[in-house]
Amino acid sequence: MSEFKDLLSQYPPEKVHQALTNVTATRVEQTLAKKERDLEDFLVMISPAAAPYLEVMAQKSRQLTLQRFGNNMQLFAPLYLSNECQNICTYCGFSLDNKIPRKTLSDKEIMKEVEVLKGMGFEHILLVTGEANRTVGVDYLAHAIQLIKPHFANVSMEVQPLDQDEYERLISSGLHSVLVYQETYYRETYKIHHPKGKKSNFDYRLETPDRLGRAGIHKIGIGSLIGLEDWRVDSFYTAMHLRYLEKKYWQTKYAISFPRLRPFSGGQEPKVAMSDRELVQLICAYRLMDPDVELSLSTRETEHFRNHVIKLGITSMSAGSKTNPGGYAAGKESLEQFEISDERSPRKVADLLERNGYQPVWKDWDPILQGTFG
Amino acid sequence: MLTIANKTFTSRLFTGTGKFPTYQSMQDSLEASGSELVTVALRRVNVKDKDDDMLAHLSHPRINLLPNTSGVRTAKEAVFAAQLAREALETQWVKLEIHPDPKYLLPDPIETLKATEELVKEGFVVLPYVHADPVLCKRLEEAGAAAVMPLGSPIGSNNGLKTLDFLKIIIEQSNVPVVIDAGLGVPSHAAQAMEIGADAVLVNTAIAVAQNPVEMAKAFKMAVEAGRMAYACGKGAISTQANPSSPLTEFLSYE
Ligand code: SF4
Repeated sequence: MSEFKDLLSQYPPEKVHQALTNVTATRVEQTLAKKERDLEDFLVMISPAAAPYLEVMAQKSRQLTLQRFGNNMQLFAPLYLSNECQNICTYCGFSLDNKIPRKTLSDKEIMKEVEVLKGMGFEHILLVTGEANRTVGVDYLAHAIQLIKPHFANVSMEVQPLDQDEYERLISSGLHSVLVYQETYYRETYKIHHPKGKKSNFDYRLETPDRLGRAGIHKIGIGSLIGLEDWRVDSFYTAMHLRYLEKKYWQTKYAISFPRLRPFSGGQEPKVAMSDRELVQLICAYRLMDPDVELSLSTRETEHFRNHVIKLGITSMSAGSKTNPGGYAAGKESLEQFEISDERSPRKVADLLERNGYQPVWKDWDPILQGTFG
Repeated sequence: MLTIANKTFTSRLFTGTGKFPTYQSMQDSLEASGSELVTVALRRVNVKDKDDDMLAHLSHPRINLLPNTSGVRTAKEAVFAAQLAREALETQWVKLEIHPDPKYLLPDPIETLKATEELVKEGFVVLPYVHADPVLCKRLEEAGAAAVMPLGSPIGSNNGLKTLDFLKIIIEQSNVPVVIDAGLGVPSHAAQAMEIGADAVLVNTAIAVAQNPVEMAKAFKMAVEAGRMAYACGKGAISTQANPSSPLTEFLSYE
């Protein structure tokens, strides 16, 4: 099987763009009538021609999601360990050139966050850092996992890409899943937005899920940052990446996120805006192509949007998020990575889910299932 | 009456606890189903918490808990999980689920056999979830499984008995109860499973995700009873013994 890099090079953006433009209404109707849908069908469903069929897509997506996931919604919270970063990313508040106070949590500070998050009921936790290998390298991460693992059922991580042996080390200490977004699959655009730091290496980032798959991780989350490039083309690449990974690392579970660019201190406006309607179209297209993939929604999205989109295909969401290190225990001491939109407490989000006939699921894992002990 | 290991069951409908909108609707549906054996995913309960919400809704004298190991990928992980379940839920029973494939949740036959051998040695009552593989089911029986749980079709697919031909062979050959698990989407699927001679069925998604889970639970209860009754009556009708009147060979008696 060829590497994803080679696969990607066979689909230049112009070609994908052209294919998207060529989709006809008849093609959309045929696709929606199918029982099962592949990557080509995904392209059809995210095309502008599919936009008028949004309600049909939403109905089908809801029904498939209910069948596969039931009336359940997984809840998790991010825990920002550090906002130090050696990279320049044009869209992120933690970027090296952004003059903000930097902070990395000490053991004591981590435990304070843990206490607050436990009090809110969370059992699934996502550790987040910038990319600063000297301060928050693999030793720091391994230590942090050891520290918090006894308190949570499930530990995920969204940090800089690591080598395979580093992942193996973290998995054996209890790490369950890793989220790593390619940001954009456009090689040229990627360069523009990542001019400095380790992250400027497109291929190293692109191959991260492969290293994770080989290391035997339980779950990998991928996605592209919506706003840097044509979201349709980037989403097609993401879906292609998903398909490639599912076939190759068949023992791993996958999750997709749809981060839309959010305002942050000193940041730029998104190049490409994506409307709420379009995001719904994308969510449904994923569900209709892949009934089993986890679809995750963050508090970047507004209350209003989240209230409605929970019924359409989303299976996990964050709640009550703070995106600054120490934010749960101390409030806004250091700057956030981005502003969040839905500021409701986890309890309020859980109430909303219940009102809509969903069971908020706080715990859906146990370290024992990985052969590691809490 | 169905007996598995040392327990007898009046109801042949086993149920699951996932995917319900609320614990209350789960409890009401289980009540309506008449089920006496209910699976609980270890991943969903908080074993450290004595007042776990889900467990609180399952404490009923009629209900026996059957913890499952859903989530594990190897025999080794399954053994750990079963040990924890035994300690936390105070039961020797375990539904062994080892699916390294997180997409269709198809069971790993090799690891399942390994784990069954190990767990039986440790005194567990093991009910392994497997593909509808007749040879594997015999091997599991020999390893000491208390029942076998072959799938009708992939978990949550609602596709019914796609493995019908193999299920029939399994039922015909088995010396332990055969519980058809996974893929039963409507009561008629459950009835069909019982008609071909399954000892019990396990249903979760179809009840939990129904518009009205309580009514659906009742419908499954009735379907399982009807299917079982038909099986019991039908045995004579499908007998391969010669009929007393044998029009084709009758002439021979005049010789
Ligand atoms: S996106 Fe990540 S790598 Fe880039 S500046 Fe922000 S924290 Fe650093």
